[in-house]
Amino acid sequence: MPSLKVNGRVYDVPGSADAPLLFALRNDLKLNGPKFGCGLSQCGACLVLVDGQPVRSCVTSAGAVEGQEITTLEGLGTLENPSRLQKAFMTEEAAMQCGYCINGVILRAKALLDQNPKPSEGEVRLALDGNLCRCGAQNRMVRAVLRASREP
Amino acid sequence: MNVQPTRRGIIKGAGALVIGFDIFNPAMAQAPAADLPGDLKIAPKVSSWLRIEAGGKVRLLVGKVEIGQGILTAVAQLCADELDIDMSRLVITSGDTRLVPDEGVTAGSFSMPNCGSAVRAVSADARQILLGLAAARLGSNAAALKTADGKITAPDGKSVTYWELVAGSELEVPATGKAPLKPAAARRYAGKSVPRIDIPAKVTGAPVWIQDLRPEGMLHGRVLRPPAYEAKLVSLDAGDVEKTAGVIKVVRDGSFVGVIAEREETAIDAVDALRRAAKWDVPAKSETQDTVHDWMLAQKSQDVVIKNTPSAAPAGASVEAVYKRPYHMHASIGPSTAVAVLDGDTMRIQSHSQSIFETSAAIAEMLGMEKSKVHGQHVQGSGCYGHNGADDAAADAALLARAVPGRPVRIQWSRNDEHKWEPYGSAMVMKLKAAVDAKGDITDWTYDLWSTSHGTRPSGKAGNLLAAHYLEKPFALPTPVNAGPPNFAADRNAIAIYEFPGQKVTTHFITGFAARASSTRGLGAYANVFAIESFMDELAHRAKADPLEYRLRYLKDERGRAVLQKAADMLGWKDWKRTPGRGRGIGFARYKGLAAYNAVAMEVEVDRSTGRIRVLRAVSANDTGEVVSPDGVKNQIEGGIVQSLSWTLKEGVRFDAAGVRSADWISYPILTFSEVPPIEVELLDKPGLAFLGTGEASQGPTGAALANAVFDAAGVRLREAPFTPAKVKAALQS
Repeated sequence: MPSLKVNGRVYDVPGSADAPLLFALRNDLKLNGPKFGCGLSQCGACLVLVDGQPVRSCVTSAGAVEGQEITTLEGLGTLENPSRLQKAFMTEEAAMQCGYCINGVILRAKALLDQNPKPSEGEVRLALDGNLCRCGAQNRMVRAVLRASREP
Repeated sequence: MNVQPTRRGIIKGAGALVIGFDIFNPAMAQAPAADLPGDLKIAPKVSSWLRIEAGGKVRLLVGKVEIGQGILTAVAQLCADELDIDMSRLVITSGDTRLVPDEGVTAGSFSMPNCGSAVRAVSADARQILLGLAAARLGSNAAALKTADGKITAPDGKSVTYWELVAGSELEVPATGKAPLKPAAARRYAGKSVPRIDIPAKVTGAPVWIQDLRPEGMLHGRVLRPPAYEAKLVSLDAGDVEKTAGVIKVVRDGSFVGVIAEREETAIDAVDALRRAAKWDVPAKSETQDTVHDWMLAQKSQDVVIKNTPSAAPAGASVEAVYKRPYHMHASIGPSTAVAVLDGDTMRIQSHSQSIFETSAAIAEMLGMEKSKVHGQHVQGSGCYGHNGADDAAADAALLARAVPGRPVRIQWSRNDEHKWEPYGSAMVMKLKAAVDAKGDITDWTYDLWSTSHGTRPSGKAGNLLAAHYLEKPFALPTPVNAGPPNFAADRNAIAIYEFPGQKVTTHFITGFAARASSTRGLGAYANVFAIESFMDELAHRAKADPLEYRLRYLKDERGRAVLQKAADMLGWKDWKRTPGRGRGIGFARYKGLAAYNAVAMEVEVDRSTGRIRVLRAVSANDTGEVVSPDGVKNQIEGGIVQSLSWTLKEGVRFDAAGVRSADWISYPILTFSEVPPIEVELLDKPGLAFLGTGEASQGPTGAALANAVFDAAGVRLREAPFTPAKVKAALQS
């Protein structure tokens, strides 16, 4: 029974330590941010931050991240009090179509901005290259990340 | 704009919970009314669409569903304007078979024309009814009353709210569809880019997705898909799996095998163990992605001439070309998911289906249940771009839920299942022939297309559901038909918009399948426009004419001409300076011949040493009639361009005798962030003109513009997508 520190709180999750972190987060902790996309570390929908670094939770076992700080989309902000990055995705210019990939995109962008607060467009694009979007909203997401980077 | 501001409200708005009024279908027993706008015809009662609810809320009920295209925001804009309320008062229920009008499938770029028009008209009707009630209440002339955010005020200052006026059945009256609409200047929302109502939840992790449903006692199911379409299960020893801790049940019905477990990871491990234990009879099949076009040409086809305008003078040289399209995947990022529960005698199914009514009916037939006992509710899923695995996952969930009455079962397909089992967009062959006079002008045009079906949606028939083929008492796939009027399905956009002296178009429809296929964004339009617009480019070059000017010789539709010219201007067509390795191309169509006008122009660079194509920038001009949400339309056009670039540069389902080989994102790659070019989209707004569907308008013109730009850059004509570096290099060397 792994013990996970998620968004600042510690939880004992009932599954096996070998089970994917994604299922512990979604099914046991009932978090909606990380998404199942491929289970193969190919699409980025399941991204979470572990000690600030982007990690694909579909191929990471829950036991492997015990004791580390796990941040999910919910940990960035709430409906009532969204983070600047989340706010930048909610403007008149929709930064998505369906939004299924948005969890991974926002968390990958968060890791980028934490490391490089004023990235160029090319740097944002490169950082997001491992996140797949099928709706074709890539340019809108890049603009949203750049908008967030300009906010104080 | 937060239309569903609470967590509870979001799930309600998504149609995920049964809400507090009677279980009935308001669309039932209403006679169709032919002269009403859009889908108001099928549910001509005001209360079928609108309820004035307690707490200062108004509920809007629609049959069309959110699939990431922003439709619920757009209809909310229309409703709030005509009813004269703040958008935050709206709560939307969509896609619930017991609560909303049956507006059919959310597809075909029909939602704004059919649902948007109905919502605008019925909201205006409701406002007139409320004004009438207020006039009586306030003792005033209705014409003298003013409305503002649900409050009606008389000239003497006395006022009453909608919520005070409606106590019961006031809106249970026929819609007229003729109530005066707000003048454009008086609208608060329509015509403006209002922030999408579903996005705040999506960026903060509030529950909005079908994957976020976790009803009490929910179990996790997985289905063991066969090794190939026609495989039959010979034997399965499931004993060890059934004894595994956490496995509730192995469900077997003929060749259909599923497992139900307490935990998702247990279900996944169990289905892997079942895969190892199962023995299948797999009939040999010989078609591959490379032979499928010859296979199609060799099939006995249903041949229908959909246009035949003989040329008075078909003189001149004959020019011919053949174009091909491979199978394309919808390739949703989120695999198909559904939750079902057998609750007493009712099967409740939550699904991201585009056709919740017809899918529920098909599932009822599969289960041998009465249609009224299968209650379908739409809940948002990952973008689908047509008929993907959503409906089949719903059928899977229902089959498993039937085995554990009272317990909700969630099915989430694996990536492998989604890639290999969704119904693809059909491969196609397009043969074009033109007679051309000495000046290079077209004197006659002949178009022949070959395709398998673009429509095997559930349509109320169990045989269209994947799982139903494998049951002990199987349901056979109904013989597909090339549905709709000419120019609609496989032949969508096959009739060129250009006015040639003669034009003959023949559809060769194949009822068999080399791979499972159904509706994928645009149906045949992508391939048909790709072929027509590429061939126009070939003929223009042959005539030593500018491809833009050449098209304008034959394009008489004024709205079309304006769009084509605008896209060219956006690219800087007239003053474009040629540089080595670079080229420009343009493509144009009016979607379906009756929806949005779209032109795409782009600039590309071709690396002759690697064969790699880089799209440097793309521009697009559009006339979609009256625009309700400019950003919503631009988003659809832009997304369509990116998806079409992905199709045309990279995609094609690979399959052979052993089955589908495109099983994940490595074996079926799509365009990535660093490959998406800068894109500019402009709209030629036409206030007061009908909404023209836009979601599928840009894919065909994009594919053609790309092929035309590659020809301009490198002198090679690519007639078969995908334009992979290997293919480009081979063409350059030949």
